[in-house]
Amino acid sequence: MRESDRVTTAGAAPAAPAAAFDAARVRQDFPLLMARREKPMVYLDSAATSQKPQAVLDAMQRYYTTCNANIHRGVYGIAEEATALYEDARRVVARFLHAASPREVVFTRNSTEALNLVAHAWGRWALAPGDAIVLTPMEHHSNLVPWQILATERQLELRFIPISGEGELQLDALPALLADGRAKLVSLVHISNVLGTVNDVAEVARIAHAHGATVCVDASQSAAHMPIDVQSLGADFVACTSHKMLGPTGIGVLWGRRALLEAMPPFLGGGEMIREVKLTHSTWNELPWKFEAGTMAIAEAVGLGAAVRYLEALGMDAVFAHDRELATLTLERLTDVPGLRLLGPPASRRGGVVAFTLEGVHPHDIATVLDQGGVCVRAGHHCAMPLHEHLGIPASTRASFHCYSCPEDIDALVAGLHRARAVFAH
Amino acid sequence: MDDLFRETILEHHRHPRCHGSLPSPDVTYEDSNPLCGDRVRIDVNLRDGRIAEVRWSGHGCSISQASASMLCERIEGQPLEDVKALTRTDICDMLGIELGPVRLKCAMLALKTLKAGVYGLRMDEEDE
Repeated sequence: MRESDRVTTAGAAPAAPAAAFDAARVRQDFPLLMARREKPMVYLDSAATSQKPQAVLDAMQRYYTTCNANIHRGVYGIAEEATALYEDARRVVARFLHAASPREVVFTRNSTEALNLVAHAWGRWALAPGDAIVLTPMEHHSNLVPWQILATERQLELRFIPISGEGELQLDALPALLADGRAKLVSLVHISNVLGTVNDVAEVARIAHAHGATVCVDASQSAAHMPIDVQSLGADFVACTSHKMLGPTGIGVLWGRRALLEAMPPFLGGGEMIREVKLTHSTWNELPWKFEAGTMAIAEAVGLGAAVRYLEALGMDAVFAHDRELATLTLERLTDVPGLRLLGPPASRRGGVVAFTLEGVHPHDIATVLDQGGVCVRAGHHCAMPLHEHLGIPASTRASFHCYSCPEDIDALVAGLHRARAVFAH
Repeated sequence: MDDLFRETILEHHRHPRCHGSLPSPDVTYEDSNPLCGDRVRIDVNLRDGRIAEVRWSGHGCSISQASASMLCERIEGQPLEDVKALTRTDICDMLGIELGPVRLKCAMLALKTLKAGVYGLRMDEEDE
């Protein structure tokens, strides 16, 4: 008998904290941030990857030291324990995403693999030559390149929802992109990893579904920072990744509507994803194992489960409010820096991501000067080359936040930017 | 302010040498660093086994642009075999700084571009 089908078996979600969000207190749970260093470290690159709380490290250590065994196979004690932990992580993720059932939660390697799974398994099954896919110019390469590959293979057309100067989707243009009935999929990012724009996915899904298109959402930045309810989002597929959600690298999640996951063929073939194998053909396992070929990242799943529990205890509304508060403060403070151009919409419409350019100083040089002051930011195109081309810049510098980020981090950022200007002043 | 931004690097960054393009160069080659978008184009005229004229253009961080400027200033008029022998060590000596693996790619872009253009040589990992 498989694990129970019900989400509720993982126990009720912890209540949201009543007290004000205390990032300085939260930070104490993160050993890397608390480690003593010659110069204090200011981590402003959480959109690339988040730091990990002790609870996640402990959960993974405990798994390896008490019940490391392969899952779904052994009948001995620790194998059953390992299986229970792995499937418990799935139930916790299902609860976190408000999935109808844990069977809709497929573990992958990361968001990229989750999106490739949709492109390979659903895309090859559902799309025929002449069909179209609607994307946006603000996609991370992970939600662009898999569709380009599929488009070449299947002679599909790629269409793009235009974006405004402030970096927001112009949804007025969407019905026209769907009008001829050839667009079978709309795939878009929930929160842009460069602009910080929070896209109105529910509205996109409403319009797309009215035209009979399926909707796929890259929630890499959003699942880590705001409440996600896949049911009210109205999407058909949602991809997210553990390492941006305070969890370990090496594991990600694809949520999909059960009917779609049931209907589409598998992604990778191998062990565990089968029901019965003959020499020349096989039948597939039930959901979600149909999409989990080979030994999965078990310890990482356990770590992700712990990370999600940690996020639930903080409260995702509180995390998002904290991010937005820091984004608001950052936008205010950065307007004081001469020659600085902010990318993206006002704080009231963005998440905890602020990217910018500084006149006369290349982003790489900014990042190097900031690093000398202990400030970690990202410089480059952030895996969004078409977006940078659209903005007319080769690269940008990006500061991004999470629950452990504090206003003092922004002081250090601003001080570093003034230093960069001084170094490169003509 | 510190080693990474030595005054000579900043000076080349502000006032690049041999900057621009040649009207009908014997060799022109362009390359970029996909990681950060640094881009360098080098135009070369060859005469009597020497780099007779060299001009470069591009955009990117101070390290990539200063190293292009320093390299071109150094090789103009030099015999081809001397230029062919230039290595990572020469570039680091020219810049006068120690570089981590990421910034090293910025520093090496100009030499990589030059060697690919003039000699059709791909610098292997060790050279880089």
